[in-house]
Amino acid sequence: MPISDWFRAREQRRYTAPSEPPRGSESLADGVWVRCEGCKRTLYAGDLERGLGVCPSCGRHHQLTADQRIDMLCDPGSFDEIDGDLRSGDPLEFRSGKPYAEAIEAAQDNTGLPEAVLTGRALMGGLPVVVGVMDFRFIGASMGSVVGERIARAFESACDRRVPLVLAIASGGARMQEGMLSLMQMAKTAAAAARLADAGVPYVAILTDPTMGGVTASFATLADVIVAEPGARIGFAGPRLVERTIRRALPKGFQTAESLLGHGMIDLVVERGSLRETVIGLLVCLAAGGE
Amino acid sequence: MSDVARRFVMEFERPLVDLEEKLESLKHLSVVEGAELAVEIAALEAEVDELRTTLYTSLTPWERVQISRHPERPHTDDYLADVFRDVIELHGDRLYGDDAAMFAGLASLGTRKVAVLGHRKGRNTTENVRYNFGSPHPEGFRKAERVMLLADRFGLPIVTFLDTAGAYPGLEDEDRGQAWAIASCLATLSRVRVPVVTVGIGEGGSGGALAIGFGDRLIMLENAYYSVISPEMCATILHKEPARAAEASGCLQLTAQDLERMGLADEVVPEPLGGAQRDPVTVMGAVGTAVARALDDLGALPADALIASRYERLRAIGEYSSE
Ligand SMILES: [Zn+2]
Repeated sequence: MPISDWFRAREQRRYTAPSEPPRGSESLADGVWVRCEGCKRTLYAGDLERGLGVCPSCGRHHQLTADQRIDMLCDPGSFDEIDGDLRSGDPLEFRSGKPYAEAIEAAQDNTGLPEAVLTGRALMGGLPVVVGVMDFRFIGASMGSVVGERIARAFESACDRRVPLVLAIASGGARMQEGMLSLMQMAKTAAAAARLADAGVPYVAILTDPTMGGVTASFATLADVIVAEPGARIGFAGPRLVERTIRRALPKGFQTAESLLGHGMIDLVVERGSLRETVIGLLVCLAAGGE
Repeated sequence: MSDVARRFVMEFERPLVDLEEKLESLKHLSVVEGAELAVEIAALEAEVDELRTTLYTSLTPWERVQISRHPERPHTDDYLADVFRDVIELHGDRLYGDDAAMFAGLASLGTRKVAVLGHRKGRNTTENVRYNFGSPHPEGFRKAERVMLLADRFGLPIVTFLDTAGAYPGLEDEDRGQAWAIASCLATLSRVRVPVVTVGIGEGGSGGALAIGFGDRLIMLENAYYSVISPEMCATILHKEPARAAEASGCLQLTAQDLERMGLADEVVPEPLGGAQRDPVTVMGAVGTAVARALDDLGALPADALIASRYERLRAIGEYSSE
């Protein structure tokens, strides 16, 4: 089955589609026409979706929703969500700016998702895997207690069942509205990643646009193999902060997948159209080592 | 207090310092010119005492952040000189360079041999430049990780001192994998088979602090902070106004007291009125005692139990509900 058919073969959309285009509008909107931020052309949304969110004109890889990402990665109908019942609290009763509790509710309404990550069991090319996908529309896919917990449990589930873990990552970083509880999710997920590595179970990370801050500085970069999508922005400090620090303009391509590939920080840059096959190939190879 | 004028003054101390200066000049008048001011001096002394007590016993989170950044506060180098003996600094990450912003080395604490890691801040411009104002490059974290592994290999407990505004957000730092270096420290720290005791002595800024900032015990100085983001950056993101950092400090719940209440800090070491810089020797002594006590407790645990309990400690962090 060609990869483009996975979208069509999708049996049902488990979560309701967003009712309005996401803020910033870099993700795929539900409208008929969308503007590509890469080439500034107006595209028919159906064409963009059939092309897995890759602009047919300039090749820009647009952000995908969690559902779209699951559909493009997993065998049709194989995704079985785990820990879908976890909900964020408001531990700090964070009121500065938009009250946190309201921000969560708005994100849930807007995305139909319970939180910024979906995790579950699935098959990829017939191989059992644990998979996690992050959705940037949900408060910038920032990592609070629920994201940290679901990611940690995904590592543990992969470890217990001895099946590979595949994470499709996007994130603005730690979720500051959860303060230190959020920062500590970095240590928690890194510890879970270390256990999986020690158990000899493969973990493949797919870094997508953007992967920044505390997520890059924890579980995202602790993978056995790090794959990135073309043009994905990947880094620790935000580009504006770096620009203020060095007091000059940033070079072209700074903090992109291609630049980090050149600096030796990631294994592969893979276009979305061949991403699924590449990951399956990696898993088959890594899993064969122990046999 | 004859050195009032020369002391570094934090913004919120200004009213107290003004009053102290007034008292100084009254005393000066009385001594030098023989003016009969005993009554006035006594009254003003009482006023100064009262203001000092009020000011320093009702510190806001933002005022504590300022104290945590006080340049005369004891830094990692001071602890190394005062609390430890036989200090041997170990240099370099064996990959690229040696980052002075991160101390790594071996030392004696009482009768015990330990590995020490700590962010370094300077007390003058030369030192600050050398230490990059306490903000490590990737090499600093990689050196720290190298020494964590060394400690693990030879069974040495690890003691870490947190005092950084954060990892350095530079261009080359990104190219050389700042995030990778921090993540690797986190993974390693989670699985070293030796006790890890962390002390928050000043600033605990985000991932750069966390890289050496968790383990089996977290001890916080009374006016140290530990935060997911700096108050200034938080205020910038929320309101585009760094000046609202005071408000952000409150929202972020970053004080030692907040951490203790949330169950993240195990112990808060008290500081003298006004901050650790008022009596560094006593504060450092108390830290040394607290660290030694923590190591005594942890030393009784077999390595398997130690890392299992460290993992459970981390796994328990977070607040969420199941629907
Ligand atoms: Zn385009």
